[in-house]
Amino acid sequence: VENVRLLDRFSSRRAVLGTLYLTATHVIFVENGSETRKETWVLHSQISSVEKQATTATGCPLLIRCKNFQVIQLVIPQERDCHDIYISLIRLARPVKYEELYCFSFNPKLDKEEREQGWRLVDLSEEYNRMGVPNNYWQISDVNRDYGVCDSYPTEVYVPKSATAHIIVGSSKFRSRRRFPALSYYCKGNNASICRSSQPLSGFSARCLEDEQMLQAIRKANAGSDFIYVVDTRPKLNAMANRAAGKGYENEDNYSNIKFQFIGIENIHVMRNSLQKMLEVCELKSPSMSDFLWGLENSGWLKHIKAIMDAGIFIAKAVAEEGVSVLVHCSDGWDRTAQVCSVASLLLDPYYRTMKGFMVLIEKDWVSFGHKFNHRYGNLDGDPKEISPVIDQFIECVWQLMEQFPCAFEFNERFLIHIQHHIYSCQFGNFLCNSQKERRELKIQERTYSLWAHLWKNRADYLNPLYRSDHSQTQGTLHPQIASCNFLYKFWSGMYNRFEKGLHPRQSVTDYLMAVKEETQQLEEELEVLQERLANLQKSQSGDNKVKTKQQERSKHCGLYTSNNSLANTPQEYSNDLKSFPSRSPSQGDEEDSALILTQDNLKSSDPDLSANSDQESGVEDLSCRSPSGGGCLPSEDSGKDSDEAVFLAG
Amino acid sequence: LLRSSQPLPGPNRRRCREDEQLLGTILDEGDRGFIIDTRSAQAAKQARMSGGGTETKSSYPQWRRLHRALERGRPLQESFIRLVEACSDPSLSMDRWLSRLESSRWLSHVKAALSTACLAAQCLDREDSNVLVHGAEGTDTTLLVTALAHLILDPSCRTLSGFQGLLQREWIEAGHPFHLRCARSASSHGRGKQEAPLFLLFLDCVWQLSRQFPFSLEFGEQLLLTLFDNAYASAYGTFLCNNERERSLCKVKESTHSLWAWLNQPEEKQKYLNPLYSHNPLVIWPSVEPQSIQLWQGLFLRWIRPSQHLDEAWVEIQRLVEGK
Repeated sequence: VENVRLLDRFSSRRAVLGTLYLTATHVIFVENGSETRKETWVLHSQISSVEKQATTATGCPLLIRCKNFQVIQLVIPQERDCHDIYISLIRLARPVKYEELYCFSFNPKLDKEEREQGWRLVDLSEEYNRMGVPNNYWQISDVNRDYGVCDSYPTEVYVPKSATAHIIVGSSKFRSRRRFPALSYYCKGNNASICRSSQPLSGFSARCLEDEQMLQAIRKANAGSDFIYVVDTRPKLNAMANRAAGKGYENEDNYSNIKFQFIGIENIHVMRNSLQKMLEVCELKSPSMSDFLWGLENSGWLKHIKAIMDAGIFIAKAVAEEGVSVLVHCSDGWDRTAQVCSVASLLLDPYYRTMKGFMVLIEKDWVSFGHKFNHRYGNLDGDPKEISPVIDQFIECVWQLMEQFPCAFEFNERFLIHIQHHIYSCQFGNFLCNSQKERRELKIQERTYSLWAHLWKNRADYLNPLYRSDHSQTQGTLHPQIASCNFLYKFWSGMYNRFEKGLHPRQSVTDYLMAVKEETQQLEEELEVLQERLANLQKSQSGDNKVKTKQQERSKHCGLYTSNNSLANTPQEYSNDLKSFPSRSPSQGDEEDSALILTQDNLKSSDPDLSANSDQESGVEDLSCRSPSGGGCLPSEDSGKDSDEAVFLAG
Repeated sequence: LLRSSQPLPGPNRRRCREDEQLLGTILDEGDRGFIIDTRSAQAAKQARMSGGGTETKSSYPQWRRLHRALERGRPLQESFIRLVEACSDPSLSMDRWLSRLESSRWLSHVKAALSTACLAAQCLDREDSNVLVHGAEGTDTTLLVTALAHLILDPSCRTLSGFQGLLQREWIEAGHPFHLRCARSASSHGRGKQEAPLFLLFLDCVWQLSRQFPFSLEFGEQLLLTLFDNAYASAYGTFLCNNERERSLCKVKESTHSLWAWLNQPEEKQKYLNPLYSHNPLVIWPSVEPQSIQLWQGLFLRWIRPSQHLDEAWVEIQRLVEGK
């Protein structure tokens, strides 16, 4: 469709004219400008909602909201075209079969060996070995090898040595969805562990010997403590209500040597609404500080983030400081449990703060333990009540920690943002379906590519320049005792306002420091080489001063990265009641004039077109798989120079 | 960019030929100038009753008046106190923190100050117009606006020495009454009517700029904290008294040492420099969206939360940049 206008959310002046294309996998907007022809690509999988707004004189507005928080406002000239686009997008954004998803057609031009290698990058059995299991206290159980005991669990789980198959099976029958207690994290240093499960089907008074034995087994696996914590991450009221439905929580009277604790994280519906409200605040036009802060508080979002973090801290403390094992569950043990276990692991073990370790963590606590990616993030069209930003919250917890501990993580903010993006993009097969079982049935690893390999290949983009493995912040446990302080939780505009260029610092400190670090390294290497050469020369030419000239050689500068100050930025609209033209009536009188005098002419300034310059922050995110870090990968429908570029990038 | 105090037409709408002439000489024939009045239109009107007022269109035909109400005086001090109390309240739960923060209105004042300074800068830079800024006395919000506008527009003010010069001219010599304004700070509930944290508000705005333009200021947060401390209590005479006349009468220059002299010693200076600084010749336009304006944790949480990890990060940044 031609003559479509793409509006800038912050300033209605900056509308761009172009052509809109719909392909099987993407929506593409191409600007009309002769030189730039900037393109904005959106994957259908990313589309969260499409809204047709009232037709105005200028055309038919269409608002596309994406799961990665990009908001695209288009104005379609003809009402009928607008309606067609609307209907099409609705359908395209709600696939019914997995095969419709992009990951099945995405082709990064790797051979079979490379693809398989990509899938092997993260190996969970290696991870459990690294943790120190199996050992005298913990063993692998293959009781679930055909998913016969629990179809949302992986085939290999780790259980205490004294938990026989009989105990496991018995316990699974007493747990919601059969998700029996299994090992999530083992602390080599003191034998304490984090185990996870779902809620017991205890109702008001039901008991199960095997389940009680299971918890005892967990306790016995840690000789250093005579009790375990059982942490129910739900609010007490919710847990109690579950009892009426025959489920509930562990009674301290029945389970010997447990200390029971409610943490009070709200359920997926509350979280879904919370995000919704926060995004509404983000969509406010020129909000006052008041509107923003009230709106943010009203959404409750940061409160929830803090609740998840506090739970993680509690568990990490129990393990690291008290040496006590913890069993964590919520209702089904695949949402809050996953969040809380992974936050705790991150705090406890510096390995998970490395890039590789983080991928392993997600693979372990989210992918292998059956977090319902399909239902939660809408791979396929499904029940809207299942949708909830569960992993988004976990990712935000990590970001909040990164802000408090800038030297402690090997990866940077961009890494987190890209992971979140791809959880929704369905460009890779890692986050499809609801369980390991479903993924194996669909032969995901044979038919799609792994995100981890892609990120690993581009890891230079994701490094944190301040990270040093020998730094005090990176050793041992992170102690955010102060995380209990409210004011430390910031609004993550890098994620929720990701595509609003004007909001972010124009110059990325991370990128600058990475470039500095690289250049320093290169210079140091050059220096070493030269020093060696010098030493050799001095040996062969006894005392000949001519070697000085060699020393004066300057190593070639590999493009010194100067912070790009030549990026002019333009003023935003600093007045609330902006009018395009000031009233110039001479009989103005004494009346106050609150309209800012800023005419269209003034804005045709000498500023360069920022959208062409601002690379990192433009709406053409490098994830729509066309940019260098995205690795070229265009669907076959695409033609012309883009394909060539894609091939080049992939090569 | 000009600054003054309010004109005094009073209830009888007096005119003053000399004042009109003075403002007239600034503009060329046919040119237009802007007057940014940091009081609301209402407040400015009411000021007439007590002898003050505004520049009327008829008396000053070439000047266009814009009103941008900025908080000052007692309300600003209250705002400051409320914020500090909110930060140090251990019982405050997360679901009420943001509304407490909001009800202090401090961040709104930061936003308003930056917006007004940007407006002034825009008039100068984009409209090529002269701008006159004044409030009532010309010693508080006026200086806030003009000093910030300098930072936005002029790269030489963003160097360490340039910034000191800016402070000296636009705050100290311009007559901001430091002695009255920076007496007891937030913990005291003394009823001093003259106490108001305008200078802190300025420093907060500068900090916001440094966050949004991490490469463009030659100095870092440490300088701003040091200035804040010294405005209230200092071993140096720089911030003493209320104006140049008082300083002369008290013989400040003869009997005290200058803060700038101390700061500029090579060993001291190091602490205040921003390792990321690289000269930016352009105008820097900050975003004043609420998401872009943050609580200045380094100041307001200075004694409440340990800064160890953030300090380590800065040490690391320094190390990286120096390694280069």
